[in-house]
Amino acid sequence: MPAIFADGSIAKFLDDAWRHLPGWVPNISPAIAAFIHAFLLINFFAVVPLFFIWLERKVSGRIQDRLGPTRVGGKFGWLQGLADGIKLIQKEDLVPAAADSMLFRSAPFLVCVASFAAFMVLPFSDGWVSVESDIGLFIALAILSLEVFGIVLAGYSSGSKWSLYGGMREAAQMVSYEIPLAICAIVPVIAVGSLNLIEISNVQAGWLPNWLLFHDPFTFLAFFVFFTVATAGCKRAPFDLAEAESELVGGFHTEYSGMRWSFFFMAEYASMFLVSGIASILFLGGWHTGIGPVDQVLVDMRASGTGADGFVIASYLANLVGMAIFMVKGSLLVFVQVWVRWTLPRLRIDQVMLTCLKYLVPISCFLFLGASLWPVVLTQTLGRTTVLEMAPPLGELLSKPAAKPGERAPRIQGSRAKAGDASDRQRFAVARALGGDE
Amino acid sequence: MTAKELLFWMFALVACGGSIAVVVSQNIVRMAFYLIMALGSVAALFFLLNADFVAATQLLIYVGGTVVLLVFGVMLTASGPYLKIKTSPADGVLGAGVGVLFLAMILATVYRVDWGNTATRAGAGIAAYDASIASNYPPEGNTARPLGWALLGVRPDKDLGSLTGELSTGYLLVFEIASVHLLVVLIGAAYLARAKRRIDADANEKGTG
Repeated sequence: MPAIFADGSIAKFLDDAWRHLPGWVPNISPAIAAFIHAFLLINFFAVVPLFFIWLERKVSGRIQDRLGPTRVGGKFGWLQGLADGIKLIQKEDLVPAAADSMLFRSAPFLVCVASFAAFMVLPFSDGWVSVESDIGLFIALAILSLEVFGIVLAGYSSGSKWSLYGGMREAAQMVSYEIPLAICAIVPVIAVGSLNLIEISNVQAGWLPNWLLFHDPFTFLAFFVFFTVATAGCKRAPFDLAEAESELVGGFHTEYSGMRWSFFFMAEYASMFLVSGIASILFLGGWHTGIGPVDQVLVDMRASGTGADGFVIASYLANLVGMAIFMVKGSLLVFVQVWVRWTLPRLRIDQVMLTCLKYLVPISCFLFLGASLWPVVLTQTLGRTTVLEMAPPLGELLSKPAAKPGERAPRIQGSRAKAGDASDRQRFAVARALGGDE
Repeated sequence: MTAKELLFWMFALVACGGSIAVVVSQNIVRMAFYLIMALGSVAALFFLLNADFVAATQLLIYVGGTVVLLVFGVMLTASGPYLKIKTSPADGVLGAGVGVLFLAMILATVYRVDWGNTATRAGAGIAAYDASIASNYPPEGNTARPLGWALLGVRPDKDLGSLTGELSTGYLLVFEIASVHLLVVLIGAAYLARAKRRIDADANEKGTG
């Protein structure tokens, strides 16, 4: 039974388990693994909004000098979201007579699917990811860019002026804000040299200066630009022009009711956590604490779990701790988004577009240029890749050789070692030939 | 039939059905919706074929970019609530003719390729590599790195281990030509968008003056 902790992933564990079965049993372990991943993720996707909606109500209550929900589920009203959910299920599912019924009904699902699918590539801890891809960040951004389509369709198909305005604003806003979002996401990628979210997080192990936020001045600024743009991307206040209730009734969701209406909000709160999670992986060290010795212990615990055999509950525990740290970081960023929403007034639509096109795009282009030149300038002037002489280079904790022969190489190389040793050697040889820093 | 083949057929059917629905439908925004389904299914097919980078690019550029712009354009320019397109029979015949010609060209190309010999042509090394992967896990995509190298003009997948010592050509020239082309388009678009506004301003000045 401890074997479940030994294997790096559910798919591998199931595949190993299948080898003990007689040969005539068809190997459906990948399908089962996919089902388990999907089951876990969809529950996460459903529970996270429940928590954040409660958080939003409590925080907004505190900011406005009132209590927020206090009755449902005890003193803190933590069951309020569930009560709302039950209420919403009971409500009538309305379709306006003027609406394009097919598009109107499918738009909320489109939004939900886009938001949910991006969770596939979001790692919660080292190796705890549904699909580990070398281009995880790229896939996440690509899938997130589909969410706008559901909103636009909802606005268009409702057959209402308010909805149409909301949908048009959302389309204009998203098409422009995607550009600085992608450019800012590239800035830490330049520092690491990988689009793999697990690798990006793993090189940040160690003391706080190892976080990409403090890697150079450009990544420091890029974090704040990224977070602003990501907030706008989730159509959160002060950028929630698509649903500006003071002018557009409810914007794109004016005509929706019941569960279809709540799907939009499930997707919104889940995307808030998603972009916060990506921000914490890209800039804030992901599942690492930022305290050198603690991270060293966690990294060693994980490395012990990647061996061929043995009782490796330590690795499991390390990943559990890592996931807790990651969730805390992500939730803190969501809290900031909530805080901003209830503090700042809403911008006008022309101000939103002005902010993006005249300020955020040039700033992110400048940061991109600076981040590309920074390592060149630094190696030319100081002769090293970090500003502080004491600070270790990125990924130093992980590049230590494995303690015992037979143990797998540390994670950062391990993810590539899967492709087979021969091709791996080829890749490193080529990287050296190209002058890369692999 | 494995689960992967089942998924492949499913997405292939959705892609074909979506494409037909785009042609048959008369409502522009519904067309865009069907186009999303077709293009998204093609992206899923790329994922199933382990071309993850191409798939993500397909999602980002075609589904997330082009179609959103299309819908945005329709919303900005539509005169009525639900814009309909009624094609004349002549257009239908013309379109069908072009479609049949295109299909004939694709079929001719596909049947000209000798699919049977790909394994031997690719060399024993790749076959052994495939076998070693297949014995463990289904191959993963992770094509971004080789693609990036090829776009920089380096082909380690071909050159490493080859005995002739000759270097293969990458796609650096093609990449640069495409980049310059896109840059020209960007500058042209910016120029056109600005020029129109300047003329309006001139007209206004003349009107007031």
